[in-house]
Amino acid sequence: MNFEITVDGRAVPVVAGQSVGAALHAAGITSWRSTRHEGRPRGLFCGIGVCFDCLVTVNGRESQRACLVRARPGDEVTTS
Amino acid sequence: MTGYDLVVVGGGPAGVAGALSAAQAGLRVALVDAGPRLGGQYFRHRASSLPSGRGADRFVRQCRALRTTADLLLDHKVWAVERDAEAFTVHGMAGEEERPVTLTCRSLLIATGAHDRPLPFPGWDLPGVFTAGGAQALLKGEGVPVGRRVVVSGTGPFLLPVAAGLAAAGASVAGVFEANGLLGLARHPMLAAGKTGEALGYGAALARHRVPYRTRHAVVAAHGSARVTHVTVARLDPTWRVLSSRTVECDAVAVGYGFVPQIDLAVQLGCATAHSADGSPVVVVDEGQRTSVAAVYAAGEPTGVGGAALAELEGRAAGLAIAHDLASRSGGEPVPGVLRRRGERLRAFARALQEAYPVQPGWQSWLADDTLVCRCEEVPVSAIREAMDLGATDARSVKLLARPGMGWCQGRICGYAVSCLAGERPQATRRPIVQPITLGCLERIEDEQPR
Ligand SMILES: Cc1cc2nc3c(=O)[nH]c(=O)nc-3n(C[C@H](O)[C@H](O)[C@H](O)COP(=O)(O)OP(=O)(O)OC[C@H]3O[C@@H](n4cnc5c(N)ncnc54)[C@H](O)[C@@H]3O)c2cc1C
Ligand code: FES
Repeated sequence: MNFEITVDGRAVPVVAGQSVGAALHAAGITSWRSTRHEGRPRGLFCGIGVCFDCLVTVNGRESQRACLVRARPGDEVTTS
Repeated sequence: MTGYDLVVVGGGPAGVAGALSAAQAGLRVALVDAGPRLGGQYFRHRASSLPSGRGADRFVRQCRALRTTADLLLDHKVWAVERDAEAFTVHGMAGEEERPVTLTCRSLLIATGAHDRPLPFPGWDLPGVFTAGGAQALLKGEGVPVGRRVVVSGTGPFLLPVAAGLAAAGASVAGVFEANGLLGLARHPMLAAGKTGEALGYGAALARHRVPYRTRHAVVAAHGSARVTHVTVARLDPTWRVLSSRTVECDAVAVGYGFVPQIDLAVQLGCATAHSADGSPVVVVDEGQRTSVAAVYAAGEPTGVGGAALAELEGRAAGLAIAHDLASRSGGEPVPGVLRRRGERLRAFARALQEAYPVQPGWQSWLADDTLVCRCEEVPVSAIREAMDLGATDARSVKLLARPGMGWCQGRICGYAVSCLAGERPQATRRPIVQPITLGCLERIEDEQPR
């Protein structure tokens, strides 16, 4: 079963069971936030919730680790 | 009244085996894991499939049996454990709504596994650079290869399954670069006996996919602007200083220099720690996996990184010891001799591996002044050196002056490197909160009925 979520308004396909981070990476989106001081791009790094590089906002909940949050149909993800 | 006889934190091979052997001995057991499925790192699998790999059938049987004999609390993150005279209180958060959950128990088994130990190098924070375990987790758990053309680098036999998995999934693996010398593995008498078969299997898989395997080589810089486009691969001397280098194009990199045991809960509770052969702080346990604190046990990677088979064995030993101890049976070691002897062999093997694949000091020569060491607080090497010039003599004082390890990950990623740069072995850090929690969750704890 496949469905879509939106990421900053753009549709991103998800294979059921995938994390938001995996769906983003699979869609070719490899960075989705920039660091506070130097504005460096960040995406997935550790893949298991340890590094906090992959933070996103999911349905209004801020600072979620994209590698841990499972995508659900209709999720709205915003990045900073 | 105390809810459970035993709460197990961690649903990898160690936690599952521990929970099952304790439950089968008649204890009331709950197993808590942050993930949506049992499996931990080694048996990580997709929602639509079962775990694969050595011992997977057995693991699946254990999970089935566990479902009928113990309470499984998946999608539950444990953020703290408290102890009073009679019992432990385990604080967790359930689901994405982060509902507080409180469990009480008479004994606790810590089976929280490990995480990757990366080393910093110029460009290591570019998107497309992954930890080796992260690349493996994405592939096993999500079915997503990290890139189309991937470079694998670091040290230790774990690089082999990572590269073989990526190649089998259709990625082109541009090379496996092992920073240590050829077959530290085969030279070691201990190793010849054990796992060479497994290593040869991966070797054959890599050969079939025409993946080059180079020893005394490593990725020493990653380049690109929005994501990695190429890396500098260096030929190294035995201390890992660069002899010569070349460029390799790729769109992803997987790097791993071993693993760091996750021992926060044990440290919170005051369990004694020691250093393992690779310099990581680990929880000290006896033959029954008992820590220095009464009724607290640890199994799997928190007692030292040794792979899934050892983790499972330690879990079983812990389950038996806990059942024995709770029944207040004195005398007689509850763990059968054959299990103990197998454990000793596997531990000797793990130690030999750590000795065969050490991190050599020359990696520090790969760093440029502006190379970030702490990714969270964006602390460059130069700031750490300045802190040392100002008189910092250990990682803790470096942290106070330059802030590495003060950000989101609390030093889990940079801690090893900062300690090396400060000239000391990594110390067991005290993190009062193991997982970040929301104020909302904290607020609702009072309303929560302990189980
Ligand atoms: C990212 C990664 C990938 C790996 N992949 C492989 C591989 O493919 N092949 C291989 O041979 N080895 C792999 N390893 C090595 C692995 O550590 C061991 O071989 C094996 O999985 C150890 O078993 P364990 O039971 O000790 O811990 P793990 O299998 O790591 O299980 C620990 C469990 O504890 C849970 N946990 C941790 N902290 C908390 C908490 N606070 N609250 C709730 N739950 C918690 C985790 O979610 C996890 O499920 C990997 C390691 C890492 C870090
Ligand atoms: S990738 Fe490290 S926390 Fe998500």
